[in-house]
Amino acid sequence: MSEQTGEVFLSVRDLKIHFDTDDGLVKSVDGISFDVRRGSTLGIVGESGSGKSVTSLGVMGLHRTARARISGEVHLDGEELIGADPDRVRRLRGSKMAMIFQDPLSAMHPYFTVGAQIVEAYRVHHAVDRRTARKRAVELLDRVGIPQPDRRVDDYPHQFSGGMRQRAMIAMALVNNPELLIADEPTTALDVTVQAQILDLIRDLQKEFGSAVIIITHDLGVVAELADDILVMYAGRCVERGPAEALFTRPRHPYTWGLLGSMPRIDREQTDRLIPVKGSPPSLINVPEGCAFNPRCPYADVPEGGLTRTERPELTPVPGDDGHHSACHLAHEERTRIWTEEIAPKL
Amino acid sequence: MTNPGPPEALLTVEGLVKHFPITKGVLRRQVGAVQAVDGLTFDVRTGETLGVVGESGCGKSTMGRLITRLLEPTAGRIEFEGRDITHLGVSGMRPMRRDVQMIFQDPYSSLNPRHTVGTIVGAPFRLQGIAPEGGVKKEVQGLLELVGLSPEHYNRYPHEFSGGQRQRIGIARALALKPKLVVADEPVSALDVSIQAQVVNLLDDLQDELGLTYVIIAHDLSVIRHVSDRIAVMYLGKLVELTDRTSLYTAPAHPYTKALLSAVPVPDPRRRTQRKRILLNGDVPSPISPPSGCRFRTRCWKSAEVCSEQEPPLLELRTGHQVACHFPE
Repeated sequence: MSEQTGEVFLSVRDLKIHFDTDDGLVKSVDGISFDVRRGSTLGIVGESGSGKSVTSLGVMGLHRTARARISGEVHLDGEELIGADPDRVRRLRGSKMAMIFQDPLSAMHPYFTVGAQIVEAYRVHHAVDRRTARKRAVELLDRVGIPQPDRRVDDYPHQFSGGMRQRAMIAMALVNNPELLIADEPTTALDVTVQAQILDLIRDLQKEFGSAVIIITHDLGVVAELADDILVMYAGRCVERGPAEALFTRPRHPYTWGLLGSMPRIDREQTDRLIPVKGSPPSLINVPEGCAFNPRCPYADVPEGGLTRTERPELTPVPGDDGHHSACHLAHEERTRIWTEEIAPKL
Repeated sequence: MTNPGPPEALLTVEGLVKHFPITKGVLRRQVGAVQAVDGLTFDVRTGETLGVVGESGCGKSTMGRLITRLLEPTAGRIEFEGRDITHLGVSGMRPMRRDVQMIFQDPYSSLNPRHTVGTIVGAPFRLQGIAPEGGVKKEVQGLLELVGLSPEHYNRYPHEFSGGQRQRIGIARALALKPKLVVADEPVSALDVSIQAQVVNLLDDLQDELGLTYVIIAHDLSVIRHVSDRIAVMYLGKLVELTDRTSLYTAPAHPYTKALLSAVPVPDPRRRTQRKRILLNGDVPSPISPPSGCRFRTRCWKSAEVCSEQEPPLLELRTGHQVACHFPE
């Protein structure tokens, strides 16, 4: 997908995660495929309810199988996880793949010290005594930039500030040297100066360990900072994916245009109005027929034959743009024209 | 959005202070104070949008609640249209409430779930004892249309609406009495990107249409850049910089402003490698015992001896560009 040469570490094919509810079947994730290579970062972008977090929890095997209907394939380093023995997945979770959550205050146990929680995470996967594990915890807290780690290791989560807690959670996720790190909105709860520190930390750690990283966010700025490849989700499906540079400079899906147009820019004076997407995201119980984006799409009436309202567009390669795919019924030439003539000049 | 003619102050704030006491024991003896807002001086000009930006705990929301008099100031003076409103009581403030309204951050908790949209948006008329021409219902339906909702939504309840629509209801309520000043505390931060843009545009249009003056409080520097004419940057209860939008973003003078701006991720992957980012160390100190002298000195790379001894006053560096720093750029 990008110029990175690492081998594919995680491969997801046609992943579907549906939930039975009293109101009907919620299709949170409805057929999504992507690859993440070692040493590269995939950014998954979307609004609330687009299925980004459900996807990541699905990869981690954290959905209760009694509630969720999961199908498709998830290959982690060549090993199939969907339908695998839960004990096997539990062994992999933490050691080969780890996750950083949005809200460290609720992701950490308030009753145990930060050190105890890191020690526990380490000893689950390593047969070592407490003292060795504690040394490892201090070492990691130091690595993620917590001052006086040998003292702070005995503090409780509430004694840490928001940024510190996020660092501690990163330390916990990294304690077993995972090769895949999933960060779900890792900086959303943080102030910008602290966000900058955490993003730098994630970038440095990735360089150091050469791990594969998935970063899930609603903030296009954050993915532009970190991601090599980007996947845009809408109503449980991928509408566009490709190298970060392509997604930002020549996006080929009306929803991506809408996201870019909705965003006030800090890097330039923009006195004109923003160009928002009209309406609001659909309910996942009643996803619109055809292209899920059609009720909000300003170009829904353009394709011949009214395909947008009857047939779901498939993800197809953008001609002449390596690794760039989009799912839209509009002809490629037409989309190229709309982007260059109508959208790009106004951004 | 700029105001023709000489800028005239609608709201003047001088030396505004708010300390929340920390008490201990059964006698509730005061053992300290959270110095949430500690000496703010600025004015808000008729027709402009003043953006107030800062990180959590800098006192920006407390400031918003002080100028709308939802909180009682510890010291200082607030004047609205030349009239001192600093210590007006509830009944004294009531006539002023027509002119000063607030939009809140959380569209879920700021609307009463048991009231219909009609009751919510019509409440200001009842509270102020105003009978609009054609009746309250007609007026409320007009307001709903103004903010982009349908008049048929009159009898619905808040839970039937999405976050963006609820925020529109909150805006309709704030605009019901045709206020002069609207204070919006994080009006879009709870909304999704595409909805955020709709609400930002709506606020823009309403300002043009109704000649409103805004004070918009937000932590998102991109949103602030888009909506504001002038911008005030706060740090730990103090104003550190106050200037117009263009100079703030192109020539920030305070080290904190520079660091803040450099920390914002730019949605352009090509710039990733070229950018120089100023990384601040550590976190914001506690407002219970802020550092002596300049409050930013503990995280500042320019910090010298004078910074810990003397508090830098907010001075005019260039025309219309105020900075509180011993070593401005």
